[in-house]
This record gives sequence, C-alpha cells and structure tokens, in this order.
Amino acid sequence: MSEIILKTEKLCKNFGGLKATDNISLDFERGKVHAILGPNGAGKTTLINLLSGELLPSSGRILFKGYDITDARPEKISRIGIGRSFQKTNILPGFSCLQNCWIGAQSCLMTSMRFFRPAKHLREVHRRADHALQLCGLSSKRNQIAATMSYGEQRQLEIAMMLATEPELLLLDEPLAGMGSEESQQVTELLKELAKEQTLILIEHDMDAVFSLADTITVMVDGAELETGNVDQIRNSKAVQDAYLGHDEEDAA
Amino acid sequence: MHTVTRPIIIFLCICLVMLLLFPAVGSPFYTELVTRIMILSIFTISLDLLIGFTGLVSFGHAAFFGIGAYLLAILFNDVEHINYWWSLTLTLSMTGMAALVIGWLSIRTSGIYFIMLTLAFAQMCFYFFFESPHFGGDDGIFLMNKPEIMLGSRQLVDLENEHHYYYFVLAWLVGVYLFLSMILRAPFGHVLIAIKANEQRVRALGYSTPHYKLVSFVIAGTIAGLAGFLEAAHTSFVTPAYLGWHESGMAIMMVILGGMGTLFGPVIGTFIVVLLQDFLPGFTEHWKLIMGGIIIGVVLFLPNGVAGLIYSLTNRLSSKSKEAGREHV
Ligand SMILES: Nc1ncnc2c1ncn2[C@@H]1O[C@H](COP(=O)(O)OP(=O)(O)OP(=O)(O)O)[C@@H](O)[C@H]1O
Ligand SMILES: [Mg+2]
Repeated sequence: MSEIILKTEKLCKNFGGLKATDNISLDFERGKVHAILGPNGAGKTTLINLLSGELLPSSGRILFKGYDITDARPEKISRIGIGRSFQKTNILPGFSCLQNCWIGAQSCLMTSMRFFRPAKHLREVHRRADHALQLCGLSSKRNQIAATMSYGEQRQLEIAMMLATEPELLLLDEPLAGMGSEESQQVTELLKELAKEQTLILIEHDMDAVFSLADTITVMVDGAELETGNVDQIRNSKAVQDAYLGHDEEDAA
Repeated sequence: MHTVTRPIIIFLCICLVMLLLFPAVGSPFYTELVTRIMILSIFTISLDLLIGFTGLVSFGHAAFFGIGAYLLAILFNDVEHINYWWSLTLTLSMTGMAALVIGWLSIRTSGIYFIMLTLAFAQMCFYFFFESPHFGGDDGIFLMNKPEIMLGSRQLVDLENEHHYYYFVLAWLVGVYLFLSMILRAPFGHVLIAIKANEQRVRALGYSTPHYKLVSFVIAGTIAGLAGFLEAAHTSFVTPAYLGWHESGMAIMMVILGGMGTLFGPVIGTFIVVLLQDFLPGFTEHWKLIMGGIIIGVVLFLPNGVAGLIYSLTNRLSSKSKEAGREHV
C-alpha cells in the first residue's frame, strides 16, 4: 500500500444542530484519484471546505503528510501544496483569463510583498500561468475577460486558477457541473492527465466520469461515510444502491 | 482593471506641462489655490489606493491628513530652525504608526462595519484635538516657523516663495503618483487588485489577504500624512476640521467623481470640486445646490467618473491604431 498523503481522523462539523460532517475518518493515498459521492446535501462540499481550511472542524484532526493542519487557514493550506476548485464558480470576473491565473501563479513567490519591480518581468510566474491555461485549453482565450466567457469556459478557468498554484493534492468540487458534453469530455481528459502525476480528491455527480477516473470511491450520506471501496465494490454495493444510486435515478426521472 | 494606455500617458503629460507652465500665467491667488489643490490631490490619490484598488472604503481617511498636519505643528511648534527632512521623516513615521494601529483594528471587518470603524476612529482623533487645550482646542494651532528645506548648507526651496512651494508640491504629487503606479505594477499591486475583486478566492490561492490590506492601509495613511504635512507647512496653521468626517466625505466624493481605481482620476476630481467651490459662489448664492446637481449628474451618467469618460474617449480615438493582442498583466 502506498503512502497516505492526507488523513482525516474523526472529523466532525456541526452547523447548529445539523451534523454536516459526521465522524469522517478517511485515508487518501498519494497518486490516486479518490472520489466522493453522495446525494445533494450529503456534506461533500463541507468536507472539502474543512480540508481546504475554509471552515474549521468542530472536532477531529486533519493530517497532511503526517503534519497536523486541522487549524490551518486557507492561505496556509494552499501554500503547502493543496489546491482547490469551487463548486460555485469563484473567479475574478472583471479580469482576463491570464490575470486570473496570474494570481495563482504568483503564489510561487516566497511573498508577494514586493513593491519595486513590475510583476510582468517574473518569468516563472508567466510560465506557470501559461502552463495552467494551456492544460485547461484556454490559451486562445488568455486575454478575454472572464465574465464574458461561456459558463463552461469559466468552469475551466476555475480549475486553471487552482492549477497555476501547482498543487500536489487537488480538491475538486464538482468540476464538471453544468458543462456541456464536449467540455465535460475535455475536462475528464484533463483530470486523467493530472491523475498521472498528482493526487486528486474528486467530488462529482457524473457517474461515467467518476467510474472511469476513480481508484477509490467513498459514498457519503447525511454527513457520514456510508462505504468506501474500489469502483466495482461501490457499483455492486447494496447499501450504496439503496442510498444513492437509486436516488439518482429517481432524480433523473 | 484600468491599464495606462499610451493616449492616457500623453494626456497626463499634457496635464503635467500645463501645471508646470501655470505659475507663469496664473495670478498669485490662483497659484496658491492650485498649490492647495495639488496637496489635496496627494490626499485623494492615497484614498484611491484604498477605495479603488484594495476595496476598502475608509470614511476616516482625513484622520491621517490631520495627524500629519498636527504632528508637524505640535512637535516643531516653537523650534526656530525646523529641518524639513527630519520633521518630515518623524511626522510620516508617526502617521504610519497611527495607520498601523487603526488599520490593524479596522481591517478585521469589512463592508459597512469597516466604514463605521474608520469613521469612529477618525472622530475620536477629531475630538482628541478639539478638546485638548494644550494643542489649541477648537481654535487650532499655529506653527511659528516654516520648515527650512536645505540641501547641504544651501536652501533648496524657499517656503515663503509661492512659486517655489508650487513646484515643490507638484514634484511631490508626481512622485506620489509614480510611487503608487510602481507598487501597483509590482506583485503587491496585483494581489491588492485581486483582493478587491474577490478576497475569498485570493486567500484560497495562498495569500494572507489581511496582511496585504493592512500594508495598503499603512501606505495610504502615510501618504495622507504627507499631504497634511505639506498643508501645515504651507499655511502654518492647523485646525481640528482637518480630521473631521466632512473632510473624509469630501475626499471620497472627489475620488468617485474623478474615477476610482485610476490614480489620476482623483486628481481630476479634486481639481473639479475645489475649482467649482471657487467659481460657483460668484454666480449664485445657491451654488451648493448646483454643486450637488453636478455631482449627481456625474455619478448617474459617468459611472466610472471623469477618468472613465477620458478612457472611453481615448479608446475611441485610438481604436483604429489599436495594437492587437496586447497583453494586460
Ligand atoms: N455555512 C453553512 N451553514 C449552515 N448550514 C450549512 C452551511 N454549509 C452547508 N450547510 C448544510 O450542510 C449540509 C451539507 O451541505 P454541503 O454543501 O456540504 O452538501 P453537498 O454534499 O456539497 O451538496 P451538493 O451536492 O448540493 O453540493 C446541507 O444540509 C447544508 O444545508
Ligand atoms: Mg457541494
């Protein structure tokens, strides 16, 4: 068994009386794609928010490469190599694609508290921003203002901004949500490409994508872990079909 | 985000030449008035760094203008030979400290709470000077001697000479403009502008945004202190009104009127407002009404202020010769 890059221990998050995350203990292996499934409101985004420092857990611990990062703030999490994308598109709408990625790329500097030389002379930042745009197929749109792009392209930019920080662990919150089938295909290919080098924690409703990408799948219901296993185990699990896959078909119908 | 295009640079150079030539043609009264406007412009430019570039709407920025002015008047009240550079350094570092404390406490909040906190701090400073008989109370305080601007043993600028002071202030205005353009082009500026657009996302990309906001607040406060210092050295007289909410409000108005987020916009806004205040009373006693109407008109019809109008005009002029594929980083 390979190295555990991220580990949660009895992680809980309560919103008032609601247990949005209920005693989650999971191991995420380096180099693998770990998908998290669950019906709407299962607490998937909340879990990502805990891992990325956006929310502080009510109890429990988070360990990244053995270090306790339970109380770390989002900027710290990003700096140690964990990137995230948001379910609700969260970009700088008035900026060009390049500028959006630039901010992510500039975090390769020790600090951006630099006041004298123009930023545009920073070669490494250029390289990172260009690379992220290219990976997401946005190179031709680099000077287009983000707000004027199609919804699918904005979703791609959302991923590109995260990639510009060159994380080793990627937290992806429904990267395919709302995309057309062609775009969705492209992004699935991109995720496959990324999975070769990096570790992915992927929340996604698109079953085809999940089953084709994931090495491990965890199914969540009402904030708690229902079952974790490989693709075949989850596909054939009675409990999962009752709790989730069944739901999904009802929803679709 | 506004980028400074070539036509804008040409426009700014023309303005600069006009300012350079003005004392040759303008009467002493107007030379003095423009000197005052340029000092106020330094103040409003610094506010633009907060409002237009960092997304911090400070309603107490005049506090730093007043603190800068008072520090000069208090610390050097009866000093016979005030060394300009020494008094400037002392005043600015102390104003910077004040901005650090007030900023440190204020930037934890955002939106309306930030506005209220900065206003409350400024009013505290106002009442401190207003009610302290030691510092002149509501009458204000006089500075007995003007600072002496020496370079070695030679006098560089004679503060009693209105033309000298005019050019001296103009040099400061250009210096502040260039300084702020520099930091805005540097990595620091990129982060600031992004914070204004979407602070949460910038945080998630690895930036401790409160630190950036605080540094921006301190820079802006220090530059406001510089403006206060220049004003006190100019008039040799400081009153508590310098710190009042009225001054802060006027400054916000000048920034918005001129066009926030452009650096040169606030300078235009300051010129327009002060010159209107000077001209309008000559026409009618209801000039404040007209002034209000003009401001409402600009806000309604020029959402990006006068600078926005200049941008769209120059864009139209240069659209034929537009450089294709220009990158705006
Ligand atoms: N900030 C919050 N305050 C209060 N309740 C919250 C908050 N964020 C989430 N919740 C609640 O926690 C539960 C889990 O929400 P979460 O967004 O994590 O679900 P999800 O699995 O991501 O759902 P979806 O598939 O719709 O994205 C929901 O019932 C939601 O209403
Ligand atoms: Mg969600």
